[in-house]
Amino acid sequence: MSGRRPYVRPMRGWWRRDPFFVRYMIREATAVLVVAYAVALLVGLVRLAQGEAAYDAWLAAQRTPLALIFYVVLLAGFLYHSFTWFEIMPKTMPMIVVRGKSLGPRVITGAGLGAAVAASLLLLLLARDFAR
Amino acid sequence: MKRSNAPIFWTLFGAGGMLSALIGPMLVFITGIAVPMGFLLPRDFLSYPRMLSLAQHWTGKAFLFLVVALFLWHGAHRILHSLHDLGIRAGAAAKLACYGLAMLATVVTACALVAIGTDGS
Repeated sequence: MSGRRPYVRPMRGWWRRDPFFVRYMIREATAVLVVAYAVALLVGLVRLAQGEAAYDAWLAAQRTPLALIFYVVLLAGFLYHSFTWFEIMPKTMPMIVVRGKSLGPRVITGAGLGAAVAASLLLLLLARDFAR
Repeated sequence: MKRSNAPIFWTLFGAGGMLSALIGPMLVFITGIAVPMGFLLPRDFLSYPRMLSLAQHWTGKAFLFLVVALFLWHGAHRILHSLHDLGIRAGAAAKLACYGLAMLATVVTACALVAIGTDGS
């Protein structure tokens, strides 16, 4: 036992061995950005509950160049999350059978992305309506 | 046999993932880029009176709660299940940290929304 050193395949940086794994890790890493955005919103919500002075200070911090960079990174991450979410949806959702044939992966991904575009435009229109 | 609690977390993960995939990019764009730049929306869109009226209305409350809480549960679940990929054992401690923080943040969100109150009060 003392002299034996069995070979253990090193797993450090395993995901860098294949572009597919790299994309997988980026997809999973978007979760950190989703949490970061939720925390940013939560801080704003707490500040809102604390009153106008506290909220305005939070709002001022939202307008700094550093915050803008943060949100540009967030937007890129969210777009990647959105795209990959619907890309893997054919594998994550139960099979839908239409007239004896299961719905193709492209149809499912396309429908999901279409729904995302529609929901986003609706949200923007609602926001513009709310701004009036 | 003890019933698994996995479906609860998986459902929250799925709901948060779906909501963030549908409107997440647009939300980030509106709140973080469009409004500060005054592009498509007025620069004062996130002003105190307007956001207060949003958070005081029950639909606004529900929307804000769902966005913050579901985004957090989605992220917490995904991070927990990615720990193994980084060589970290996703044991009871990791589970408690991920879901516990999501639970804590959900309670804080609910408390803030309750503290903001409604229009009539």
